[in-house]
Amino acid sequence: MVVGNKKSAMTSMERVLTSLAHKEPDRVPFSLMLTVHGARELGLSIKEYFSKAEYVVEGQLRMLKKYRHDCVNPFCAAAMAVEAFGGEVLWFEDGSPNSGEPIITTETDILSLQVPEIESSPSLVRMLKIIEMLKEKVGEEVPIMGVVVSPFSLPVMQMGFSSYIELMHERPALFNRLMQVNQEFCIAWANTQILAGATAICYFDALLSPSITAGAHLETGFKIAQDTLARINSPSVIHMATAATLPVVEEVIAAGASVIGVGILDDLAKLKATCQGRLTILGNLNGIAMRRWTPQQVEKKVKEVIAQAAPGGGFILADNGEIPWQVGEEVLTALSVAAHKWGRYPVCCQMG
Amino acid sequence: MISQKKEVQTFVAKLLRTDRLGAEEIFNAVQEQGSMPQTVDQLILPALETIGQGWEKGTVALAQVYMSSRICEELMIHVPLSTALQHPGYPRMAIAVLDDYHLLGKIIVSACLRASGYAFQDYGRVTSQELACKIKNDSIEIILVSALMLRSALQIKEVKRLLVEAGSPTRIVVGGAPFRFDPLLWKEVGADAMGANAAEALSAISSCIKTM
Repeated sequence: MVVGNKKSAMTSMERVLTSLAHKEPDRVPFSLMLTVHGARELGLSIKEYFSKAEYVVEGQLRMLKKYRHDCVNPFCAAAMAVEAFGGEVLWFEDGSPNSGEPIITTETDILSLQVPEIESSPSLVRMLKIIEMLKEKVGEEVPIMGVVVSPFSLPVMQMGFSSYIELMHERPALFNRLMQVNQEFCIAWANTQILAGATAICYFDALLSPSITAGAHLETGFKIAQDTLARINSPSVIHMATAATLPVVEEVIAAGASVIGVGILDDLAKLKATCQGRLTILGNLNGIAMRRWTPQQVEKKVKEVIAQAAPGGGFILADNGEIPWQVGEEVLTALSVAAHKWGRYPVCCQMG
Repeated sequence: MISQKKEVQTFVAKLLRTDRLGAEEIFNAVQEQGSMPQTVDQLILPALETIGQGWEKGTVALAQVYMSSRICEELMIHVPLSTALQHPGYPRMAIAVLDDYHLLGKIIVSACLRASGYAFQDYGRVTSQELACKIKNDSIEIILVSALMLRSALQIKEVKRLLVEAGSPTRIVVGGAPFRFDPLLWKEVGADAMGANAAEALSAISSCIKTM
């Protein structure tokens, strides 16, 4: 039973902005990071789907209508950023594209690395077209989430994680050189997306989690994030994929982000208490496990998450990264139904 | 026992600070007091286990796990082969990553295996068909498979199917992010055990050996 005044329906943009202002909108904003699922909607292979901006735009609009969520994603694949540097994208029939063999294998590769021109990368140009076309369709009613891989995390794909860890620990000068190039690219790429019509930028940086990086290197990562976000002309989300975030909430706020993307490794109630009124939480449905959830489990999970994090605003119900291809329509529909049923404010009354 | 615990704690602290020389000093001191198997059992394994547990608890970062395992591996490289640890009932083992260039998990587990005195074949990046074929050709008894993405984790089902079809009794030990986020996944794909970290992978190998 719903108790309290029912608020009039807001647009998705109004809903998200209200929540970002740490106030309660009409219902909890709900955002699913659906990228490859648009291919299924259009009956195309994933590779074919991402080959034309028109396909992605159509896929995003169909999913927006079908799942009634509050955000569109022009994002295609993290590997696109590495492709701009000359890397390879690996395509799969049943999953998101992935980056191929590392492009940095020697010291010379780092010393000679140049900031790639955005207009010379077909994948990046296509994503800009997707943003422009989505903007024409949704105008100011639905947020368009631009995406960048952070300068600090990009080397995981550029040179392989193990080599990158060794670089961090053992070759500070080369590490700094790589960060400079990546940072300039990241800022240019983010701001070009904003110019094309993106509402905000999601700054993916799993390495900002203390579960991945420690000590001085973690401090370096946040310094880079702060410097980078200061030069990006939009609000930003720091997303650490599935890594733990609770210990670095203060650093995320200091870096200038408005939103933190969180995964299941954190205690959501503790996160809410820590972020209350200062930082909006985006999360934290388990994208891997949801594949096997029944509609009843979906409803239970959504209720639980909303009860913990939604009161007072400052919360966007979402998955913890990119939803895998293997998550079926039944689960996504159940998520939508539960989010609309239990997300109406004031949520505290509904939870009893 | 108290002094051993203290040595392990100091060794762990030096590994977490990437203090190679400091770690080597302790390693050499322990080695001088006993045999190599004792050094592995009393220093390397407890240290790697402590670090793995620290990662599970959130007190140790993945980068520290990696650097620690590499240092331990380097220390073991200097040990003459004749004195390397001989595991009783030593199985034929291999390690692989399915269809992915993200090899960190495999590298960490490989380093820990070497540091613990195990010999194994490294198959690198393979498809499910290639993996099943290599396992059969090399008569591998325990295969360790690392997966980063859900789609590659699910391919282990195909590896299992091909092995069952060929009548192979090979034990499959899996690890990687998808298995950490879906605790039922390892059973679904037909694995015999799951290691959430390198130390757990070592325990899983021990369990497999006991039941072989």
